[in-house]
Amino acid sequence: MSALSIEGVTKSFGGVQALRGVTLSVEAGQRLVLLGPNGAGNTTLFHAISGNILASSGRVALFGEDITRLPPDARARRGLARTFQITNLLPSLSVLDNIRLALCGADRLTFRFFKGMASYRETTSRATRLLADWGLADAADRTVRNLSYGEQRQVEVVMAIAAAPRLLLLDEPTAGLSPAETLGLVDMVRKLPRDMTIVMIEHDMDVAFEIADRVAVMHRGELIAEGNEAEIRANKQVSDIYLGLE
Amino acid sequence: MARALAISAIVAVFLAAPFAAPSYYVGLLTKMLIYALFAMSLDLMIGYAGLASLGHAAFFGLGGYTMALLLMRAHASAWIAFPAGLVAATLGGAVFALLALRARGSYFLMITLALAQVVWGIAFGWRTLTGGDDGLPGIKRPVFLISFADQTPFYYLVATLVGLSALAMWAVTRSPYGLALRGIRDSETRMRAMGFNVWRHQFAAMAISAFFAGLAGCLFVYNNRFVSPDALHVVTSAEGLIMVIAGGAGTLFGPALGAGVIIFLEDFISSHTQRWLLVLGVIYVATTLFAPRGIVGLWTDFSTRKRKP
Repeated sequence: MSALSIEGVTKSFGGVQALRGVTLSVEAGQRLVLLGPNGAGNTTLFHAISGNILASSGRVALFGEDITRLPPDARARRGLARTFQITNLLPSLSVLDNIRLALCGADRLTFRFFKGMASYRETTSRATRLLADWGLADAADRTVRNLSYGEQRQVEVVMAIAAAPRLLLLDEPTAGLSPAETLGLVDMVRKLPRDMTIVMIEHDMDVAFEIADRVAVMHRGELIAEGNEAEIRANKQVSDIYLGLE
Repeated sequence: MARALAISAIVAVFLAAPFAAPSYYVGLLTKMLIYALFAMSLDLMIGYAGLASLGHAAFFGLGGYTMALLLMRAHASAWIAFPAGLVAATLGGAVFALLALRARGSYFLMITLALAQVVWGIAFGWRTLTGGDDGLPGIKRPVFLISFADQTPFYYLVATLVGLSALAMWAVTRSPYGLALRGIRDSETRMRAMGFNVWRHQFAAMAISAFFAGLAGCLFVYNNRFVSPDALHVVTSAEGLIMVIAGGAGTLFGPALGAGVIIFLEDFISSHTQRWLLVLGVIYVATTLFAPRGIVGLWTDFSTRKRKP
């Protein structure tokens, strides 16, 4: 079954057509990387999948269920998690609280008014374990605002996977990272459970092929190529775009 | 341990106050406690839910006026009028939320201000019901099993209710719901992406906040034995806002402290000059310039600097 199926999705902002009828399907457990230069429509497509913007036309389905018109939180409750191109965390809270809230969201521990967060031991121990698993144990009590940029990018990925999503969207998680940090993050993504379907936006071809089972290339709001590493590398149009020969 | 000691000391001071202080100061302390509750309720919205409002006097006044009208116009018992005031304030919070939560930031602030002015306008204009500018004088303090007419028993009633409310609000801020509110204050898109219905959380925050503001309003009316449109005035909202900012938004007890300081200063300065609002303005400017995170913020900076020289 398709984890994600996008059919003829368009999005216009006034006169600008950011998406011109994108059709794409991702099998459960597959890792798809969306390649494409800035402005190609990658992030807009992500927003249409996660509900941060609504598609002007077309259809988005998550594991066969039509989610085209659902708000972002309803999509999250159906097993979709994402990171943002521009780091989006809860900066005044501790790392532990960021993760605990991700778990609360996933477990529907909302509108609990009287019992203190501290007495939800199971949530806290799962959050602590997640941080330990991803090498962030020492950062647990630090305020997110005071972390380095690289650490913040890691925390955002951990927050997204804390909910054990069925579909994970990573919007350029390596953006702005040093080469060493990029390696760390790629390693992190590769270690994720194989049954988690992942769609990731990436500009760097080498990073893309490190992670991808399949690559799709966006250009000017359209999907221009799709395939495995060899097919994409051999594609004339793709190399033209990337080398700027158009 | 140190914290338990400090809390017991504070409780002891409030319990002993009527025995140690002249009755004028018991009255002043009563007023401080009522405004402390008002400021803490506003802090739930500003400091936790991230919704800066300039309409909080509406909930304060809705509670007070509903109770006063039932007492004076319908001759209802305090057992009915007092809870009815709380219900009216909470419903007011819900209605404000329905209308104002589509906007954020200064737009939200302006909508709450406009809505509160509508409530003020009704109280001011509907003379036959509310007495207009003259207000509703002659309200008697309640008899709940025993009479709370005298200053000392009334003080204990206020101190108990404010104490219990502070405890309840503190519990809410420590709960998963309270943590989620702080998350929403930091980033609504992040919280939505994790499955939180942001609107419902903020709606509940406004209703809870309005409930406690309404309680403060009812106690305020009982304290003065009188209510006038001043209770609903934008100056009341602004004072609440300044109490929160001066004390330290998002710390709950900071705004209570801010309320105490500002009510004390108001009392002290008003006995020397008519220009209290001018002084309040100066306090506001000084706070934003020199202590943007309020009294509590100053204290945390001071104590961390001492620990790490």
